[in-house]
Amino acid sequence: MTLFQCILMGFLIVCAISVSFSKNLLNSVLIYMSYSLVMSVIWVCLESPDLAITEAAVGAGVTSILFFSTLKKIHAIQIEKEADEKTPAISMEESVEISDEEGGEAP
Amino acid sequence: MSKLRPQSEYEKTAAFHFFRWLSGSKDPYLGEVEMQPQKETETPVATILDRMDERQMIRDKIYDVDKNRMLKFFNKIYVASAILFCIVLVGLLLYTVSYLPRTGNPSNPDNNIVSERYIENGLQETGALNIVAGMILTYRAFDTFGETNVLFIATCCVMVLLMIDDAILKKIEAHSGDRRFEPKNDVILQGTAFILCPIIFIFGIYIILNGHLSPGGGFSGGAILGAGLILYTSAFGFRKTQRFFDEHVYKIAKITALCMYGIIGSYFYITGANGIENHIPLGLPGRILSGGIILPIDICVGLEVACTMYAFYALFRRGGL
Repeated sequence: MTLFQCILMGFLIVCAISVSFSKNLLNSVLIYMSYSLVMSVIWVCLESPDLAITEAAVGAGVTSILFFSTLKKIHAIQIEKEADEKTPAISMEESVEISDEEGGEAP
Repeated sequence: MSKLRPQSEYEKTAAFHFFRWLSGSKDPYLGEVEMQPQKETETPVATILDRMDERQMIRDKIYDVDKNRMLKFFNKIYVASAILFCIVLVGLLLYTVSYLPRTGNPSNPDNNIVSERYIENGLQETGALNIVAGMILTYRAFDTFGETNVLFIATCCVMVLLMIDDAILKKIEAHSGDRRFEPKNDVILQGTAFILCPIIFIFGIYIILNGHLSPGGGFSGGAILGAGLILYTSAFGFRKTQRFFDEHVYKIAKITALCMYGIIGSYFYITGANGIENHIPLGLPGRILSGGIILPIDICVGLEVACTMYAFYALFRRGGL
């Protein structure tokens, strides 16, 4: 195992631990995305490019997009309108309340 | 032959009563059992407040760590046992790993007659330079067929759960457009997608068509195609995607791909299992048109996977294709 692979493995472990410790859901999805990218580089190092292509497309691409759209649907990501009004950073509980109010108005 | 009974006789049978009860056309209790209308119970506001107060008091007492020694003790035990459990589990797993045979050892149990045959006769029997594609699409074609079916059933389930009725969807979109959540006409996103989308599509098609010669194959290529479709849709909106990929095209592509895979696969199994001559030529290894059934099956799997990826995104995002 070369030094490069050791660094990548260390990065994997750091990513995996920080996913579970990050408070913000958006951050944890982003960290998970970088985890998949590092994993695909490791697959190339382990001489299995088939898996590397699939990991890069599915793990880093499609799965995280699905996570993002789900987070938007449950209003866990700040919506642009709120950012325009220059509201201070909204914590999770408050944003849930806001989403509830919006859900009531929507048809 | 059963005798046709007159209506009045049929109405006396148990079957008639059962089906009438099942369809709900007549409530068997209505008119037979005396029923009282339910009274609305009213609780005075003061009682509710009292009760809430009491509950609040109890909660304060329970979760006040200073007053509740038991809870304090339990919290400490909980943290300690969680850490201990994790350490024990990690140690146990590492201990087991140390007993596994080293990779690359010739006497490992995975170096058996099966993999030997794949490696030695794979090129001759399947005509594919990429041994992995040759293995999963000819020797193990039945397993891959199962995986493709899983994808099909997964999209069906997502459709059942998340699909919104067409009329309701149109009403919602007339109110706020189909870009409810995305920024409208983002210049950076559209410019990037304008350059990247054709490259991604060509790369995906290349990987699918070259599956038997180079790394990749149906699944990877299909995932890349699906990701390209998602990028195009998120940049330009669903209405532009629907010009070439709507629900009708989706259904045709998906069902045709699955059926073609089934037909080609079953032809291959039946001729192979019965020792009948196979009429699919293997071709010269290294050419695009070689590898027997691998190329058509790759195309089918690629279509299936691309449709699945796009359908997941569209159903999560919009509730319709």
